[in-house]
Amino acid sequence: MDVIVLLLAIPLAGGAILWTWGERESAPEVNSAFSLVTLVVACWLTAMVIEGGPILGFYEQFFVDSLNVFLITLTAFVGFTTSLFSRPYMRTERDRGRMTGPRLRLYHSMYQVFTFTMLLALTTNNMGILWVAMEAATLATVLLVSVYRTAASLEAAWKYFILCGVGIAQALFGTILLYFAAERVLGREGNALLWTHLDLVKGELQPAIMSLAFVFLLVGYGTKVGLVPLHNWLPDAHAEGPTPISAVLSGLLLNVALYSIVRCKVLADGALGSHFAGNMMMGFGLLSVVVAAFFLSRQRDIKRMFAYSSIEHMGLMTFAFGMGGPIANFAALLHMTVHSLVKSAIFFAVGHAVQKAGTQVMEDIRGLLKVSPRVGWGLMIGTLAILGMPPFGVFASEFLILTTAMREHAWATPILLLALGVAFAAIFARVQPMVFGDTGHPRLTHQPALTPVFIHLGFAFMLGLWIPPYLAAWYEQAARLLR
Amino acid sequence: MGGYGTQIVNLFAATLLLIAFAMLAQRRIVALIHLFALQGLALVGSTVTVAWVTGQHHLYYSAAITFALKVVILPYILHRLIRRLNVKWDIETLLNIPTMMLVGIVLVVFAFNLAIPISEFSTSMARGTLGIALACVLLSFLMMITRSKAVPQVIGFLAMENGLFFAATSATYGMPMVVELGIALDVLVGMVILGVFLFQIREQFDSLDIRHLESLRDD
Repeated sequence: MDVIVLLLAIPLAGGAILWTWGERESAPEVNSAFSLVTLVVACWLTAMVIEGGPILGFYEQFFVDSLNVFLITLTAFVGFTTSLFSRPYMRTERDRGRMTGPRLRLYHSMYQVFTFTMLLALTTNNMGILWVAMEAATLATVLLVSVYRTAASLEAAWKYFILCGVGIAQALFGTILLYFAAERVLGREGNALLWTHLDLVKGELQPAIMSLAFVFLLVGYGTKVGLVPLHNWLPDAHAEGPTPISAVLSGLLLNVALYSIVRCKVLADGALGSHFAGNMMMGFGLLSVVVAAFFLSRQRDIKRMFAYSSIEHMGLMTFAFGMGGPIANFAALLHMTVHSLVKSAIFFAVGHAVQKAGTQVMEDIRGLLKVSPRVGWGLMIGTLAILGMPPFGVFASEFLILTTAMREHAWATPILLLALGVAFAAIFARVQPMVFGDTGHPRLTHQPALTPVFIHLGFAFMLGLWIPPYLAAWYEQAARLLR
Repeated sequence: MGGYGTQIVNLFAATLLLIAFAMLAQRRIVALIHLFALQGLALVGSTVTVAWVTGQHHLYYSAAITFALKVVILPYILHRLIRRLNVKWDIETLLNIPTMMLVGIVLVVFAFNLAIPISEFSTSMARGTLGIALACVLLSFLMMITRSKAVPQVIGFLAMENGLFFAATSATYGMPMVVELGIALDVLVGMVILGVFLFQIREQFDSLDIRHLESLRDD
């Protein structure tokens, strides 16, 4: 119990301290230090869960089981590496006059608050608090999307705020309906929204109410996942905000939003006894994969392109969770992990590449390999990994998803294969000339932080070849939990 | 007693719906804020009635929070905001108010149909009002879509939250206290951030017309 409270208290304290401290020269290091301590506590929590099984804490308000504990570690890990990446990135931005003292203060403080909201959403046992945390995550990041105060960034932030706000309002209605269904079974006590209690009585929840509640919850949290046709905010917010924010949006926020849907799906499945929830998720997922793949080839902005790639991958995971069954769930959880690692690594490399070239337009970024080989290789390897080339982990998870689809929903396989093929052609054709080719870009003022890129890609590489036994056991346990 | 209570709650519910329609057609920003405060007041009224009739004491607290937030603080922030942004007497040109009213009526019918199967299960005294709550949410949604100025969009957003809150009290006697506090905090912080945001937008575009915000698209 104490560990969970500690896990949440550290980033919250970090946010408060950096609010007063955030413009100093050492602020990026302080930011990283807080993220590192959060990671250490997350690992400690993980060790406890591996040893002793699920933990309930603080009057049952927090709950950590095999499903969310690996997401907690992943969130803390990506949060830490992104803070490492943002050190040279933000210093370069400040040298170029794009970040000023107050803006850096806002950035560092909100970075920690965002981490707090993500961890709160993951650890909470209360479906209402889950909603509050998801909304707070939007609030923490919206001012970061508009931090450059350009016309485009303001527009992106406004869209992000309004679309996610409206979306999340649907999720609140879904939560109210869920409470309505639960109250009839569990009584009017405060614990009728606790997931563990709901899970015990899910078979008795009124199916008519639960199906409507799930529709609202899926649409609401689906907006945050970036499911088509609710995805309009996502490419803008990724493209116009600072790159570390793009990395955490893609690597963390989308995952946590999908996690919320999966938690709701478990309840809806138990109540309905049919495949209704799964079918809805499969539909939304498939649509997202296809639409995003075809939008990919029309992008000119590098961050927008990878944002669409995130929509595609989130669609694939939603599809896999929708199919259900131990293998598809296993694959979806693995895909969540590797996508989060690889996509944030790509954004790190893209961030440095964009700073070097001084533009996000892909046609103007050329010859990264010549100016700085490590950025070039990072981007190239990351791209190959995200496109599902063996031996990276994305290949393994996509392979599992596709084979399960072939066996259970054969009609979907050609559509998925086509979309993946289109995505491959679109992204590879754009990245190849950016990495190779000639250039005259100047050098950066601060040494780029590429260690996180290669650590992430290294993990993705390892997960493609060999999944450590405890991690595999863990995924299997979580996959069984979901059914 | 229960009979009268239900009647009073239904009266408040009808008032809420009426105000939602009035907001849809209101062109002046300052009047829109008055309507929003009035809607908050109707919400407080219905919550207090439900609390009094059913003896659910925590509903008094949630009514108090609603009063503080939606009748006092948010309208105050909005009034300050439009004064400092100099848009107090702005009038928006709304096209086709009659058409919008008709679309609104269709939405209400849709909301009632959607709510019928659910409200049958409600043991709450205000079971008939779930449809009205959903209708309020959809009407605010319609308002957000049709407005082209930033402040009315924000008010539409807040009115949607009012509808959701009403849904919570009418279907279930309110959410658990900790959740309600969290939601109130989110709304308040959201409002402050939106205020900051409106200034940034005005500084950048010299106007609060969000039609300026349509340059990012995939062509």
